[in-house]
Amino acid sequence: MDATSQRFRDNARGALADGRLKESLASFTKTFPEKRQKVIDRLPEFDALRDEGVSIKNHVLANLDFYLERFEAKAAAAGTKIHWCRDAAEARETILAICRSAGARTVTKSKSMIGEEIAINEFLEANGVRPVETDLGEYIIQVRGESPSHILVPAIHLKGPDIAETFREKHTALPAGRALDQPEAILREARTVLRGEFLAADVGLTGANMLVAETGSIVVVTNEGNADLVMSLPKVHVAVASLEKVVPTLEDAATILRLLARSATGQDITAYTTFATGPKRPGDPDGPDEFHIVLMDNGRTAMLGGEFRDMLRCIRCGACLNHCPVYAGIGGHAYGWVYSGPMGSVLTPSLLGAHKADDLPNASTFCGKCEQVCPMRIPLPAMMRHLRERQFVSGGPAAKGRGALKLWAFLARRPALYRRAMALGVGLLAILGRGRGRFRRLPLASAWTGPRDLPAPEGRTFQSLWAERRRGKPASRSRTEGRP
Amino acid sequence: MPSTAPRVGFFVTCLVDLMRPSVGFAAVKLLEDAGCRVEVPAEQTCCGQPAYNSGDRADAIALAKQVIAAFEGFDYVVAPSGSCAGMIREHYPRLFAGDAAWEGRARRLAERTYELTAFLVDVLDVEGVAARLAATVTYHDACSGLRELGVKAQPRRLLAAVDGLTVKESAMAETCCGFGGTFCVKYPEISERMVDTKAEDLMATGADMVLAGDLGCLLNIAGRLKRKGSAMQARHVAEVLAGSLDAPAIGEPGRKP
Repeated sequence: MDATSQRFRDNARGALADGRLKESLASFTKTFPEKRQKVIDRLPEFDALRDEGVSIKNHVLANLDFYLERFEAKAAAAGTKIHWCRDAAEARETILAICRSAGARTVTKSKSMIGEEIAINEFLEANGVRPVETDLGEYIIQVRGESPSHILVPAIHLKGPDIAETFREKHTALPAGRALDQPEAILREARTVLRGEFLAADVGLTGANMLVAETGSIVVVTNEGNADLVMSLPKVHVAVASLEKVVPTLEDAATILRLLARSATGQDITAYTTFATGPKRPGDPDGPDEFHIVLMDNGRTAMLGGEFRDMLRCIRCGACLNHCPVYAGIGGHAYGWVYSGPMGSVLTPSLLGAHKADDLPNASTFCGKCEQVCPMRIPLPAMMRHLRERQFVSGGPAAKGRGALKLWAFLARRPALYRRAMALGVGLLAILGRGRGRFRRLPLASAWTGPRDLPAPEGRTFQSLWAERRRGKPASRSRTEGRP
Repeated sequence: MPSTAPRVGFFVTCLVDLMRPSVGFAAVKLLEDAGCRVEVPAEQTCCGQPAYNSGDRADAIALAKQVIAAFEGFDYVVAPSGSCAGMIREHYPRLFAGDAAWEGRARRLAERTYELTAFLVDVLDVEGVAARLAATVTYHDACSGLRELGVKAQPRRLLAAVDGLTVKESAMAETCCGFGGTFCVKYPEISERMVDTKAEDLMATGADMVLAGDLGCLLNIAGRLKRKGSAMQARHVAEVLAGSLDAPAIGEPGRKP
């Protein structure tokens, strides 16, 4: 997909004006955190598990070359073909070449954020191969021609009636008068349509939640079981993953799985957790004849050596989105690319370039909720602040309003001058606001007074009153007129 | 209480200094009632957080040095704000990481810096206050205090001692109000949605008044409540705990003379 992250402000405005989106987000950002909390309350060792997860990931990142080579050797021994790709373009070409050599016309897919990152669907379509998403949410947004609004729940911006309308429009072979008002009916219809696609596909394409160095396996989790059909029915399987997905052992994978499902959907474990190692062996009843893994860098090694290394611990659980009050207001599409919410605000500038996502690291109140819930303890606010520091030097939105900030800092660094200037300013403001105690409108403060009144200052500064008190004068602090 | 009264440097915070000095005096009263000797260094202005969070590291460092120099002689530094106390306690040591001349000074100051209610409860072990207010209030947990300093139980423990007061919790007490320092004016539309959600949640409690420990959040919340025509009042928790209710609630007109 083409990134619209540079149009964040317009995107956000549009999202805020969408009443239906508001409803969807309100219910989603309530239920997901509640489910997570419930499941974590049942697991007293959750915080210890987080520490373990962090140390696994940190260890991998410090020894990434070793574990990747080990993974490659083990995977190759199982008959898997590994394709190293520097960037999205190489990964796309590699996947297309595999499809072509398989003579593929239809590719079934399970949900993959890396697939979104490299925009594989558009590319395959443009080259005569038809990709079919098989995760229900992904399927819905694919037939609507949209992009995911959440890394986990791609169609969270939609409600039942939206989906029913889309299905009626697209599934023209089905009876027009059918009932689609119940979620079960929508699900049944998607199943029916997708069943044929599963059987017709020549190539199956999945992502990988993890790559296990010990065994050369990929780990894929879903709640629908669709990835299992994608992996086992077609003759050729392709998994696409970025480098940092590797973990040393099966036990490490289990630790991360315990964190993932709880943080993501508030489940103890997802309905389907599949470890797949290589193609069908002699005597296996099913499985693909060819098993390919596209291992893509696409900016990860650059992050590894810099200030955003911690971000590579991300396991794409979506907890930071689910708990983010900014995301709750504007939804995922406003962020303009594959990754949204706090993790997207760090990943998008890191992967696309800071100039492609100027607003993202600024559009946070630093409330800290994301870091609080991140199973990998990624210091998201600190990384966003770091991006702001870079912008302040190079001139992004963080540098806007620099004049006012510099003036403030100039005064704040000169306490005596500051005290006089501020006493004068608040005194004046207090006189203006005396009648109502607040302002509905104020020149130069429209960004404040647009959404809310501005409470008027009391009139004297604490400092001047305190100085009077120390000199023994009675502090006349109920006075509202300001005389510095 | 220790035999010698602790000497507290009161960090008034720029918002309390400029917008609502009555909060500062209420905080001083609470500290003095708890046996502290309170001093207010005149060299204080701002903790530097607006600069720090805007990416202006140089000014943040300059202001942090000013605060460290002004306050390092005290036994404790106390601020009526989790946000400013969090800046000093959590972020100053990071700002000076690797700076041989300042890192130690920043760390020593950080260790002695507290948010007001946390200081009263955790350090001074204050159990009661001599205040009375017949009202139902709800408490908004400001983000920095809550998540950086663990301020949650302390204000509630003190409020429980206020005669006549009932605390009614809101469902989203821990959710950000959308103030976020400069965020509220840089992204006013998003901030509006956030503060509106917050106001609705607070109003749903039916409480007469919302309290919090940070004036930034309170100005935002009070401003939105007033814009929505709500009668709910907003005050800093220190005002209620000190029984200092002479000043009109935030954003309300003064009594006619």
